[in-house]
Parts: sequence; C-alpha cells; structure tokens
Amino acid sequence: MSIVEVSGVGKSFRGLHALSDVEFEVAEGEILGIIGPNGAGKTTLFNVVSGALTPDTGRVRFAGQDVTGRSPDRIARAGMVRTFQLMRPFASMTVLENVALAAQHHRFGRRKLREHALDVVERVGLGPWAHRPAPELPTAGLKRLELARTLATTPKVLLLDEVLAGLVPAEREPVLDLLALLREQEGVTLLFIEHIMAAVMRLADRVLVLDQGRVLAVGSPQEVTSDARVIDAYLGEEPTHADA
Amino acid sequence: MTNTTHGAPLAPEVSPPQTKTKAGGGFLGRAGIVGGVLVIAIVIALLRSGSGLVVWQSVVTGILTGGLYGLIAMGLTLIFGVLDIVNFAHGALLAVAMFISFGMVSATGMHPYLTLVIAIPALFLIGAAVHRGLLSGSGGKSLENQLLITLGLSLLLENGLLMFFGAEPKAIALPGDFQFPLLGAVVAGSRLYAFLGAIALGALLYWLLRRTRLGTAIRAVAANGPGAELVGINVRRIHTLTFAIGTACAGAAAALAGPLVTVTPTLGEQFNITAFVVVVLGGMGNVVGALVGGLLIGLVEQLTTIYLGGQSSLLGVFVVFILVLFLRPQGLFGRKTA
Amino acid sequence: MTTITIAGPAGAEKVKAPPLRPQNRQLAILAVLLLIAIPLPLVLPPAQGAVAVRILIFLLMAVGWNIMSGFGGMFSFGHAAYFGLGAYTSAYLLVKHDVSPWIGMVAGTAVAAAAAVLIGYFSFRYKLQGAYFALATFAFAEMLRLIVTSSDFTNKAVGFSVPLIQDSSLWMIQFPADSPAYFWVALVLAGAAVAISIVFLHSRAGKYVSAIRDDELAAASLGAPVIRHKLVTVALSAAITAVAGAFYTQYYLFVNPELGFGSAVSIQAIVPVVIGGIGTIWGPVVGAIIVGALTDVTATMLRTPPEFLSFLQGRSGLDVVLYAVLLILIVRLLPKGIVGTIAARWRR
Repeated sequence: MSIVEVSGVGKSFRGLHALSDVEFEVAEGEILGIIGPNGAGKTTLFNVVSGALTPDTGRVRFAGQDVTGRSPDRIARAGMVRTFQLMRPFASMTVLENVALAAQHHRFGRRKLREHALDVVERVGLGPWAHRPAPELPTAGLKRLELARTLATTPKVLLLDEVLAGLVPAEREPVLDLLALLREQEGVTLLFIEHIMAAVMRLADRVLVLDQGRVLAVGSPQEVTSDARVIDAYLGEEPTHADA
Repeated sequence: MTNTTHGAPLAPEVSPPQTKTKAGGGFLGRAGIVGGVLVIAIVIALLRSGSGLVVWQSVVTGILTGGLYGLIAMGLTLIFGVLDIVNFAHGALLAVAMFISFGMVSATGMHPYLTLVIAIPALFLIGAAVHRGLLSGSGGKSLENQLLITLGLSLLLENGLLMFFGAEPKAIALPGDFQFPLLGAVVAGSRLYAFLGAIALGALLYWLLRRTRLGTAIRAVAANGPGAELVGINVRRIHTLTFAIGTACAGAAAALAGPLVTVTPTLGEQFNITAFVVVVLGGMGNVVGALVGGLLIGLVEQLTTIYLGGQSSLLGVFVVFILVLFLRPQGLFGRKTA
Repeated sequence: MTTITIAGPAGAEKVKAPPLRPQNRQLAILAVLLLIAIPLPLVLPPAQGAVAVRILIFLLMAVGWNIMSGFGGMFSFGHAAYFGLGAYTSAYLLVKHDVSPWIGMVAGTAVAAAAAVLIGYFSFRYKLQGAYFALATFAFAEMLRLIVTSSDFTNKAVGFSVPLIQDSSLWMIQFPADSPAYFWVALVLAGAAVAISIVFLHSRAGKYVSAIRDDELAAASLGAPVIRHKLVTVALSAAITAVAGAFYTQYYLFVNPELGFGSAVSIQAIVPVVIGGIGTIWGPVVGAIIVGALTDVTATMLRTPPEFLSFLQGRSGLDVVLYAVLLILIVRLLPKGIVGTIAARWRR
C-alpha cells in the first residue's frame, strides 16, 4: 500500500510555476531519492507534502487519508515529518530540550520523555552536547539536531531536505548508516532531497527527478542516471561520482 | 524572533502578512470597490443627517483635512519603505514641531506659516540625530527593539513637552484667517491653506523621489539594500537622510496644522494613530498611497461624526483599520509578498 | 551501529542537569520572596506602603504581558484592553449588581480571556505578525476605550466609582485607606501570577509555546499544535492582566475609560518587562520594582523640587520621561534586560 500519494500537484507563485502536474507514489518502507537542478521545485514539493504550503491543484494522501492543505502540525502528529535546509534550532533551549520537544506529542510521562530524548540524542552522536544551548552547536551538530528532532517524533514518513549538505564525507557515512537502519529496523519510509549522487545511489530504492517543477523521470537509480533526459537536465555528460 | 509565515521564504519581519483571499484585484477593481464604498457611506450619511448640506460640508472638511494626514503619513511611510522601521515617535515629533512653531509665534509674533522655515530644518536635524543616535547600529536592528525604541522616544518627547510646557492647551492664531463659502459649505482659510500646503509639499516630495539622483538612490535602497550598497550607494547615509526627510514632513505638517488645532503635548498621539491607519490603508512604503489614504481617512473621520456623533470619529477610522488589516493588509497600493 | 560522536564543546565536562528542577527552584525562590514581603506594610511608612501596592499592580500587569509577548513572542501594544475589561467588568458588577469584586474579578478574567481569544484567533488566521499584530492590538484597545467612553452602559466618560462601605471587608475587598490588607491581597494575587507563569513556562504547553516563539514553522513541523497554544497563551496573559485591572479598581475605588483603557496602561505593562528582561521569570519582578520606585521618587521630587528645577513644581511627566530614557538605554545597551543579561552571563 502506498503510504504517500501525490497526484496532480501544481503550485504557482505570482505566475511562476514552481510545480506542475507532479504525480508519484511511495510504498511503505521505501526510500525515495529526489534530485534535480536548483530551482526545480524540490523544497516546494516538500512544503506542499508536509502542509507548509497549500497546492493550487492536486491532492496529497498520507496513509490513505487526504491531507492536502492540512496544517503542518497536524500532518506531523499523524506521522509525516520533515527537516529543513536552513537549520532551525530552538535557540532558547538546550539540545536535549530541542529533541524532547519533538517527542512531546507522544504524551510520555516526564521521565520517559527524558529517556527517549536522551536516547535519540546519543543515537545521533550528540551526547556530549545534550545540556548545551542549541545555538552553540557547530554546523554538523545542527544538522544532526535537525535529524534527532525528527527521529524523536517517531515518524512513519521522513522528508529529509539535503540532510547531508555541509557535512564532510567522513561525517556523511554515519548519517547514511543511520537512515538505512531506520528503514530496516523501524520500517520508516524516507523521501530525501539530495545533491550528492553517491548518497542517492547508495540509499535510494527509487529516484525521482524534478526539473522546472515537473517530474522528469522516476525509476531505479541505475535507470534514472542513464536516462538521457536526466543527464541533459541535471547530471551532465558523465554521471558524477561525488566523494563517497 | 524568526517567525515566518506558512512556508514563505524568510520575509522581513514587518512585511504584510499573506492573505488567503484575493481582495480587490487590479487597479480598476480596487478603485471601483473604494468608490463604491464611498458612495454607500455618503448615502448612509445623507439618510442619517437628512441634509445634503451637512454631508457636503463633511466631505469638504474631510478632504481638506485629509491632505494634511496625507503629508504626515507620507513621511511615515517613506521611513517604513526605506528603512523597514515603524516609527512610533512620528506623532510625538509632530507635537515637538508644533511647539517649536508655537514658541516662535509667541516669542516673535511671526506669521505661523513662516515657521515652516524653522520647523522643517529643525525636524530634519532632529530626525537625523534620532536615527544616528538611536536606530542605526546593532541595538536597533530587531523588530521588537526598534518598536520599543521608537515607543520610548515618543513617551520621552511627549512627556518632555508636558513637563516643560504644561498641559494647558495653547493656540496658534492665523492672522487674517477667514472663511469662504464653497457651494454652500464653509471652509476655514487655515484649513484650505493647510491642504494646499500639504499637497504642494507632497508633490515636492514626489518630485524629489522620482526626478532627482537622491530620490533614485532612496528608491534603490528601498528596493534592494544590499544591491544598492554594491553599486556604491552609501546605504547608511541614505537611511539617515530618508528618516530625516520623513520627520521633516511631520515638521511641515505641524507648521501647517498649527492654526487648525489646539496645541497640547498629547496632540501627537492622535495624529500618530491616524497616520498609522493611513499608512496601512495606503500600503506601507507607498508615498502616493499615503496621500490617497489620507484623503480617504479624512473623509471617513468626518462621515463617522455624522453616523455616531462627536466623540467617535476615531472609531470609524479604527473600523477601517481593522478591516484593512484583516482583508487587505498590504493596503490599496501595496503588493503581497510571495 | 556506528555513529561518530561529535566532539563536545571545548573544555566542557559533560554537564549534569542541576539536582533541583528549575521549576521547583524558582517556586522556592518565589516562596522566600513572598515570605520576605509579608511584613513590609507593617514596617513601611504609609506613603511607601502605597508605592508597594502600586509595584504589585505593575507586577501583575508585567507578568501578564510577559506571558504573551515574552514567552509567546507576540508583542502586544494594547494590553490596556484586558486591564480595562477586567476593571470594568468587576466595577460594573459591583456597582450595578452588588456582586463581590472577587466574583467580579473571575468574571473579568473570563471576559478578557474571551476577548483575547477572539482577537488572537482572527490575527493568527490572517497571519498578522510583528508590527502589524502590535498595531492591531493597539487598535483594539483604543476602540474599546472609545466604545466605553461613548456608551451609557459603562457610564460614558464618567466611569464607575466603587461604593464606600463602613468597615473592612475581605469579601468586598475594601479596607481603610493605608490598610496593610490591600498589600496582602495584592501580594497573594501577584504571587499567584508569578507562580502560574513559572509552572506554565516549564509545562509541556509552555515548552511548545517557547518553541513556537523561537521558530514557528520548525515547531509546527515537529507536531506542535500552533494555534491552540498561541490562543492559550494570549488567554492566560489577558486573564492575569484583567486581575490587575479588577484589583486596581478596588484599590483606587474608581475607574474611567482613560484609566482603564488608556495607552498609558499598555505602556505600564510593557516598560517594567523590557527593563527587567522580556521572556524571563524574574524580569517582570525586577522591572516592576524599578519602575514603581522610580515613579514614587519622581512624584516626591515634583512635589518639592530642588531650587534649579523649581519650574517643574506640580508638573507631571517627569516619571514617564525617566522611564522612557531607561527603556531606550536598556534596549540599546542591555537588550535582554537586567535579569536576561545576568542570566546569560551566568550560563557562561
């Protein structure tokens, strides 16, 4: 059963068509990579799917329910959570508090909430920072915090917007491992926007290519990277093997 | 505070909020709606008062007073459009100018309108000082801080005036004031002159913005601060100049309005409120909008007096304010962000 | 699973969370402060006793404003609306229907909270923020003032006078002038308000509110129910401010449109908090004490000014000038306020 269905979605801003007729489905437990040139509409797509924007046309369905235009907090509580490209920590709180906040909707008791949050913080490798104010984190730390917060919500579907950006290659491995494990052990469905092709090739079951607001191609990583149109629009002459 | 609206790119804090409705599309559409509302308002006033003459008098008084409001609001909206600063002290600065005018008139017996020559430069300098001293630099950057600073300034100025001049109302008489009839309505000369002066100065400001190099630089900074800096414009200097021009407008309006009102330290508050409503109605940052908005608010004020009697003219103004804030926050001439 | 732990901050040991939860620590401090304050009216001369009561009224207003504008980040320039609604509701019920001001106070909080929710709901739905929101709140307060001034129902510009009774009555909140009972009633109310603000801040809801203030979209994307929490915040803020209004009417035995809904009231809610520290627990307390003391000192000075300032005799406005200057200085030099700056230094 498709856990996420996007059909006929279009969104314009003052005459500029950010998205046109976008249509795709994601199966439960699947990992879908979303790639495309800058300005292709990838983040707009995430905004629409997660409720931050209401599309002009089309529907978004999550776990069989029509969630088009619902407020982002309702969709998040239902189990579909996204991260942001720009890091947005809660500046007045510590790392642990940031993560605990994300888990609040579970309605745990105080002790359980703290344990759960601490566990997530350790899992993403931010243990030493748990009681520091969030703004003190270095860039890589903020990225992990973003991830940690979404993990703390115990999501069914995770929308990751360039979660690897700003990380050096050595820092990327653990994140990719973590994401793969999320799917294996907890059945989390992942949609992730990424520019680093090596990561996409490694992690994604299928890849969706967006160009100028339209779906250019959908298929396995191999299919997509050998698709002439995709190479033309985005990949260039040789498929990039960005540092693994 | 980094609140952003639903998914919009990080918009400047004071930008108009997004609306879900499309109230009043193209220019003709908006003009039509405004015209229609006016017609209805006048008809209601006619029914209420039963006298065409009373209504005509209101219309005339409203438009003439509205010109003044427009001038005050022009300064305020210019400051907002270029510096993104909501100047809560605008009304208080106007009151200061009015006391300067009063002071000069009582000390030297000069003609009230001659005080324009003093009030305009004085307020220009005061504005420049305020900007340099209080608002430019890191402390003043965030929205809340800037609101608080201008609020503090308005309290300071108003109560300073109260302390030094006392609360008793003063009057500035216009020598040779007269009244002339206009198709049955009675127009006080002072009101007519104020209107003409406001329109003249407004036109001057418009000319400055559109036809001079300084004006172009100002508009460039308003449109794109960093971009303007890149082409060599001294943005900080433009900011200070613009703020000073804005406060100078308040100074001019004060000198023109002197003979029309009773001068008290709290006078600024009333003009402040009206100026803000005019600015929101016209569109924050739009100078022409400020003038049009001024005229409309002048009308609203007078017509409300017919509906509700004496005290409540401000109530009608507030109703318009609330309606604009919720239905079309970008005002008549503003544009929606993203 | 392999995760690379990000190296901790330079030189920091793994920071242990303090043994006493912050909430309980703050409540303990509050208890101590209250205990210290109880004997105050017995040791202060009557004039200073009145200042102390005034400080507590400022404190109530400040705590109320701080909840919405500090914790919630929604700057209100029209808190006079809630103060006035509290004052007028309780005054009206007392004067026209002989209802005890305690009940009037509760009714006032209900009316104010309802108004706040109404204003808030439409503002949030139409996405009014920042300066637009502040202007809208100001407009509502002014509108209420104008409506009350022109309405017979509320005695127009005359307002309401509290009918005097012979003896002291706790039920009617009326005591002989200069009675310490006024102070103690105000102390209970203010103490409760601060306690509520402490509990609220550390509660689940309070954490959502802080997160929403820090970054609304991020909070929403993590499941924080945004509109619901904003409405709770403004309702609570309005309710506490309304209590200040109701008590004010009982203490001064009088309220009129200017005293209830005037812009000076809104400013009195804002200035102490900015000076003390927006968004902190103790900021409103420190700020209220400073502003209250300042008002008193200047009032004394204006009654009997020194030689070179003799022209100020009997003139009003000096106190506002002073705290306006203080406001500007604090915003420019110590934007976090006194308590906020100390707290930030402490944490280093």
